[in-house]
Order: sequence, then structure tokens, then C-alpha cells
Amino acid sequence: MSLPRETDFGTPARESDKLVTLSIDGIEVSVPAGTSLMRAAQEAGTAIPKLCATDSLEPFGSCRLCLVEIEGRRGYPASCTTLAEPGMQVRTQTPKLAELRRGVMELYISDHPLDCLTCSANGNCELQDMAGVVGLREVRYGMDGKNHFDCHSSLRQPKDESNPYFTYDASKCIVCNRCVRACEETQGTFALTIAGRGFDSRVSPGESQPFMESECVSCGACVQACPTATLMEKTVIELGQAEKSVITTCAYCGVGCSFKAEVKGAQVVRMVPHKDGGANHGHSCVKGRFAWGYATHKDRITSPMIRNRIDEPWREVSWDEALNHAAAELRRIQGEHGRSSIGGITSSRCTNEETYLVQKLVRAVFGNNNVDTCARVCHSPTGYGLKQTLGESAGTQTFDSVMKADVVMVIGANPTDGHPVFGSQLKRRLREGARLIVIDPRSIDLVRSPHVEASYHLKLMPGTNVAVVNALAHVIVTEGLVSEAFVRERCEWPSFEMWRDFVSRPENSPEAVEVVTGVPADAVRGAARLYAKAGNGAIYYGLGVTEHSQGSTMVMGIANLAMATGNVGRLGVGVNPLRGQNNVQGSCDMGSFPHELPGYRHVSDAIARGLFEDEWGVTLDPEPGLRIPNMFEAALDGSYRGIYIEGEDIVQSDPNTQHVEAALRAMECVIVQDLFLNETAKFAHVFLPGSSFLEKDGTFTNAERRISRVRKVMPPLGGKADWEVTQALANALGHPMNYRDPAEIMDEIARLTPTFQGVSYAKLERLGSIQWPCNDAAPEGTPTMHIDEFVRGKGRFMPTQYVPTDEKVNARYPLILTTGRILSQYNVGAQTRRTANSMWHGEDRLEIHPHDAESRGIREGDWVGIASRAGDTVLRATITERVQPGVVYTTFHFPESGANVITTDNSDWATNCPEYKVTAVQVLPVTQPSEWQQRHRRFSTKQVSLLPKHEKAGV
Amino acid sequence: MDIPHLVKMANQIGEFFSAYPDAELARQEIAGHLQRFWDPRMRNAICENLAQAEAEGLSPLVAAAVRTLAHQA
Repeated sequence: MSLPRETDFGTPARESDKLVTLSIDGIEVSVPAGTSLMRAAQEAGTAIPKLCATDSLEPFGSCRLCLVEIEGRRGYPASCTTLAEPGMQVRTQTPKLAELRRGVMELYISDHPLDCLTCSANGNCELQDMAGVVGLREVRYGMDGKNHFDCHSSLRQPKDESNPYFTYDASKCIVCNRCVRACEETQGTFALTIAGRGFDSRVSPGESQPFMESECVSCGACVQACPTATLMEKTVIELGQAEKSVITTCAYCGVGCSFKAEVKGAQVVRMVPHKDGGANHGHSCVKGRFAWGYATHKDRITSPMIRNRIDEPWREVSWDEALNHAAAELRRIQGEHGRSSIGGITSSRCTNEETYLVQKLVRAVFGNNNVDTCARVCHSPTGYGLKQTLGESAGTQTFDSVMKADVVMVIGANPTDGHPVFGSQLKRRLREGARLIVIDPRSIDLVRSPHVEASYHLKLMPGTNVAVVNALAHVIVTEGLVSEAFVRERCEWPSFEMWRDFVSRPENSPEAVEVVTGVPADAVRGAARLYAKAGNGAIYYGLGVTEHSQGSTMVMGIANLAMATGNVGRLGVGVNPLRGQNNVQGSCDMGSFPHELPGYRHVSDAIARGLFEDEWGVTLDPEPGLRIPNMFEAALDGSYRGIYIEGEDIVQSDPNTQHVEAALRAMECVIVQDLFLNETAKFAHVFLPGSSFLEKDGTFTNAERRISRVRKVMPPLGGKADWEVTQALANALGHPMNYRDPAEIMDEIARLTPTFQGVSYAKLERLGSIQWPCNDAAPEGTPTMHIDEFVRGKGRFMPTQYVPTDEKVNARYPLILTTGRILSQYNVGAQTRRTANSMWHGEDRLEIHPHDAESRGIREGDWVGIASRAGDTVLRATITERVQPGVVYTTFHFPESGANVITTDNSDWATNCPEYKVTAVQVLPVTQPSEWQQRHRRFSTKQVSLLPKHEKAGV
Repeated sequence: MDIPHLVKMANQIGEFFSAYPDAELARQEIAGHLQRFWDPRMRNAICENLAQAEAEGLSPLVAAAVRTLAHQA
């Protein structure tokens, strides 16, 4: 039996203070002004037949199936495009309407193949449903006329199967335009159109190209919008319709899209974005909707393994033996080298409950604070910078807030690639008229794309963010654009004065810093004025802000700007970090940093520590522990010898790969818990099988502090969910942990963490999701923070002196390398590389400006060597003006690329977040892989050969 | 721990707080930052090897902060 369909109201909900009351089929209904008759009828419980209407899209009025009669009016207006008016008397079902609708359906069906029993949409086809609803019993025109489906018809197009995830069968198209409108309105790509006129009309990707050759970004919005089998997921074609659905949360980026996992038994059939998802409202990207096949990929390692040395073969063992061995090794190391000689890394891909347990294991069982997480290498400066200025280590808004913004400033972020669903929402707002400022060294898509153009693109040199933010501040202060009333009421005035005096200095003027930043002074002045006078000015930023030696300074600079202009504490404004991973916010909230307990309380805080000591029955270390880069240093000096790594691939993702490898080689016990034999696992002594988001229960917290449920749809392939593995390791170490399920862990988190005090699985079930803080003061959560006062009381301005990075160009290394990620791949690629997403991006390439390429004799596709002070690697070149002269760019999704062999161990002054975004390099044509790449290939081949025989086949 | 590396990190912290007009406040902030964010083995290493650290280029302002830490220890 097919899944019950969600109620589709036909047209989007409208917001209005004014209610309109009308009568539909004799039933009185009140709706907000601007609501369509179709939606009003559905609100009253009457489903008007429809094909071209769906409530995620604006009404279109083309199918003529939703006709109604209105008392006192002539004709039969379409209910989707006719708005409710006071006192209207509407009839949705009359003999005349029935006759008209049957006539319309007859025409549709006369050009539609009657293969319903073997059609992939069988059981989920709106055309089939409507034929039933209108009572179609015959097609008087027959099926032999001009049509698009007969194999002999000149109009029949071959099925387009070029996209790896869905097919396009034009013979089943009813030209309802829903796919075209979804591509425009929902996704904002404008890749689809209707080609031809009249009867010849058909959906056309690009200029009648196959989908894969068009501008389509494979978000799947068109597939979801299609009412027939014209656009259909290949998994549905292969497996048939699902039998149940489970609401869960995506495990890719920090947008945290809610999905309905549609399954048969324990097999996922498809992922459908959840209409009620607070972050995504029924939209998704190519990763979340389609790239989940890694969960059952043949490379999964599902048995625990141990070995004494990394050049020995792995030995498959039972869970008990692996855990006891790991525990014995950790205790041996502590016995020989002291309590602080071991530690752990929590995963931002795992759930809140799992990260909480890992930090608890380190603090309560290892007895130290040597715990860190991958936020160290991405948004740790956000945590520091926002805590110092606003008082809380989190973004201030909901994603929906952008729909109230008048001016949006995007700094060092590429939302259409990195956070695509938010990118689509942002583009929607920009199409409505909001203005855009982009501060980025590259011409990202947002700078100019269909119906979107930035008012200002400050194309700065990498590493000069702080100089630019100071120049923006200089203009705001010296041109009298400060919102003084806000500052006087809400902020520490002495800190403001110090900042004001600092940024007013002549050396911070746009004209003075132009030579450093490369940004014309008048553009800086224009951008500053636009933001300050915006009305609602919102700042969104990403790793192009944080991954610098002055990452924390820049975060504080952004907070300063927002406070000075009064752009904090209401809808449409704010400081919004776009978090990289699905649960990077949550992993930080859960106390993954070595200096902070859950809820961002410093370990030296005796009162906070006391709460945990009472709950856990242990004495906690009041000193901060090692951060990830410090762990490597300590490993090399012999004071740190054992590590438990849950779901993070530090060898591929952390900078200066050779340094990381040396540190891991120096350690005596490396325990890796992961889905695959990742790069780090090749240096491990114990491998514990991890579980994907489909295999466990828990919660993720997205970039807007939204806590959402993750629900199990299949059993863990290795037999244990990640939280169960950590619990078993704690027990093996002699510290009893006996949680029956993740709900109990969340209850403990709520007991100990003021911002989570009101969170429970029962409440999440009721509300769908909750944005923390959630407590007595805000029992249903806090969408917008700092409304009446900042979390720290008064906002604090911080001075932000520009200090050039040590990573300077010279004659030997004349170019600056900056790194980033791309839409189809995700971070180290462990997940997406094991999906068809690699059809879009099968290798990391080096983007280089035509001038730099020409002067080096580099042509498109050539192999080029990239050398830095840390190391060198070889990639193929892509010549593009997206990068400016003097700057090169690459992604880091493939281990063999060695992007992080080149990056250095320069880091942010406050947090040690690596400076991925600035590396001085030389680029020259070469003919063979680098020495590191050759060594890496040999090492990886060797490591795969050490796997048990049946595992080797898969890797 | 590698002293030149610690010196570089400590000097970066010093450069941020050197923007404070009040040098005494800057010194306190630097010491406080080291206390709150550096693992004890890192703090001990720089405190116990202060002469070497200064020879490696530890700034006078940061050195003063490190002395404060050493005094507190």
C-alpha cells in the first residue's frame, strides 16, 4: 500500500492581520487576506481538483481543473488564482463544473500513455488521482491522434536518463509547469523552461539539453513537484513506492534540512524534504535528497578490528575484545605517561547525545579535558568571537529571518554551494528586492546569477578581512552612521568609545587600506553606507571569515558592525555564522571544546563543574585540555600517546598533512570509530565500526540553534549505534554508563545545561524542532536571540587591529592559495565520493586566473605542481576568472589531492583554527604526481592490503 | 612542547591585545587568555623556558604576561 499523501493546500499560506470570511459549499471559513479560494477550500476540508497547483509554488492557473462557481459572477474562475473576498459564496462541485473538469481531463489523458499498472508513479500519481476524482470514464478522442507517447510519434522524445538520480520522460509530461516553477521559485536556478508552443510544448533543461549538460544543480525540487512520472527518482523506478516514512534530519551541512525517509522495511527508497521542516520548508539539495547511498556502500567496515602496529594486518575481533583491548591500552598509557597522555575527538557528524557522551568519557573517565572537535578547524573563532561580544557562541537568527532583511552582507561564505537550501532562500529574498553585498576573494555564484546581482562585491585579497571590516567600521563611525541610541541602551559605552576611537584612525580608512586589501575605497564606502542605512541589515558569514590567523578578530569585527548599526535583536538582522557540518553547532553546545563544559561554561567554573561532578560521581579537572593542533604537538614531544576519534578524518581534513601523519605515527594507541577506512584509520590500532545517521536515534542542532530529531530507519550495520560504542568503551574502562536510549542522555543534558533545560524528546515530538535556549523563560525555544538585552547583558565592542598573516607571498611563493568546498561534494568526501555525486565533481582541481596561467605556460586541464612552505602536490588546472590574479583556489574532497599537504600550521590567535584560506604557493606545470602523492598511493595500497580479505574487496 | 611554536602563538595573542590603549589591561588579558585556553603543559613549557622564549622573539608585553602566570603558578 502506498504512503498516505500530505495535505496539499494548493497555494502558499499568506500572512495578513486581516481575516476574510467567505462561504465555500455552504461552510463559512475565515482566512488571511490574500489567500486563494483553493487554499480557503482546503482549510475548510474541501479538496478542489488540481494539477498545476501545489502549495510550495505560487499559483499559475494553467490546468483549468480547479474551476469553481462564485455567486453573482460570470464564468468559472480558477480557484488557485482567485483570491478570497468577504462574503463570497463559492461552489466547488456542480454538474457544470464536473462536466468541465471531465472535459479537461479527457484532453490531458488523450496525450498520456495508459500504462498506469507498470508506471513508476503508480500509487503516487496526481494525474491518475484526478482522473478518478473527476470521474473520467472515457476518452472520446481515442489514443490514436497526434501524441507524445507513441513510439512511432514524431513528437516522442527519448527518455533522458543522464542524471544519476532521476529520469525525465517527456511522454508523460502534462506541461503543468510545476517543475519549471520549482526550479525558479524554490531553487532559484532557472535551469528549466518550456520549449515549443501549443501542442509541441515540453519541459526543456537549458536549451533542450540532457539534464546533466544543463545548468541543473540536481536539487530535485522539480522531481518533487512533478505530479506524474515525468520526473522520477531512479530508486523509485527500481524499488517501487515506499511503505512508510520516518521524519529525520540530514547529515550534511549546517542547514539541517528535515526529511521524510521513505522506506520499505529497512531499505530507503527515497528521501523527501519535509514540508514542515523549520529550516528547509520542503526543499533540499543534491546531497541531502540523493547522496545517501554511502550508508550501504560496500566500503563500510562492519566488524571491529585491532592490531599492534600500523604495518601489521588488521585482525577482526568481537566488540568485547576490541573494547577491552582499547581500554587496556588507554589505561596502560595513562599508567606509564600520566593522566593527561590520552584524549578524544568528538564528531560534528554524530548526534548531540553521542558528542556529549564522548566528552563525558574524556572528562569523567579519562580524567582530563583533552577533548576537541572538528569545529576547531572551522568555526571555533565564531564560538570565541561571539561569546566575547554578544555573550553566546551561536548565531542570532532563524534562517527565515532573511526574508525580512533589506540588505544582506555575505562574507567569506558561498551559500549556493556550501549551504544550498539557505542559498535558495537568500536568492528568493534578493529576487524580492533585498540588496546584496559580497565580501569574498572569488566571484562566487551569488555575485551574479539569474535575477540576482550584488550591489557591491568587495573582491579582497585573502587574509585582509580585518582590514576591510575596519574600513567599513571607519566609514560608519566617521560618517555619523552609528545607531547611537542602540549603542547607548544596549552596549558597554566605554568599549564602544575605545572601538570608535580605534576604527576612526586614518590608517583604518578605506583609502589607507586599499593598497593592502585590493578593494577600491569607494566600493567600501558604498557598501558601508548601504549596510548601515539598510533598515534591516543582516550579515551571513562562513569559513572565509574564521579560517584565518585573525579569524576570531574578524568575527568580533562583524559583531562590532552589527552592534554599531543596531542590527541585532529582531527579525531581518543579526550575525549569522553558516556552520559547516550538520551538527557542528551541537557538538560545540555539548562541551566538545577542551576549555568548556556543555553549555559553554569554562572548566574553571567551580559551580558548573560541581553540577557535573555530582551527576557523574567524579572529580573533574579544572584546567583546559589540549586542542587538536596542540594534541599533534604534544604527540610529537611524547606527552600525548593515545586518542579516541569518533567520526573525524583528521589526516585528510587538518592542515599540514605530513605533520599530522607524523603525530599519529608517534602515538601508541589510535582508536578510530568510523564508517570507512578513512585516511586517519590507516594510522589506527583499533577500528570500531561507526553508524550513519540512518542507523540511530538522536538529535542534531543546526546553524540556527535548531534541535531536530534524527530517527533510525535501519539497524546499525556494525551492530551498535555510536552512542552505544562510547558507552561500552566507558564500561570497559570501569566507569558504568547504562543509558537505555538517547532520550535518557538528552534528559541528562537538560538537567545539567541551562540553555537546554526545557528540551526533551517528548517536546521535540510535539513541536517538531526547538531552537535553544529552551528553558522556563522560553519554554518553546528562542528563534531570535538578544531581543531585549544581550546574553552577556551589555554588548561589548572589541578592538580589531589588523595584523597581516605570517603567510606572505615572495618570489619563491608568489601566489595565494585559498580553499573551499563545492555543491556536490562534502568536506573530506567520505560520504559523497561514495555516491554518484562524483559525476559532477570527480576530482579536485586548481582554479587559476588566465594571466597567471599564461605566464606559466599552463593550459586548461594541465597537471600543475603546487608548492608551499609545508609541502607540495599535483592537481589539474582549471583556468577561470572566478579567481583574481595572484590567487589560486582548490577544493579538498579527495584524499589523493593532498590539498592539506600544502596548507600550513598557521592558525587563529585565539583558537588555533587553522589558516586554510591563506597559503603562499608557487604553481608550475609538471608531468608526474608529487613525491607525497606517490608515497600516499603506496601507503594506502599497503593499508588496504592489511584489511581482512572480505573487506579489501570493497575498499 | 616546541618553544618557537609556542612563542609564535603567544605573540599572536599579544598582537591582538596590544590594540588596548591600557598596557596593563592588555597584559592581564594576555595572561588570562593563556590561563583559560592553554593546556597546562603549554603554559608550563613557556613559563619554564621564558629566557629561551624571549630569545626566540617573545614580545616584551607577552613576556610580562607569562611572568604573571609563572608567579600565579
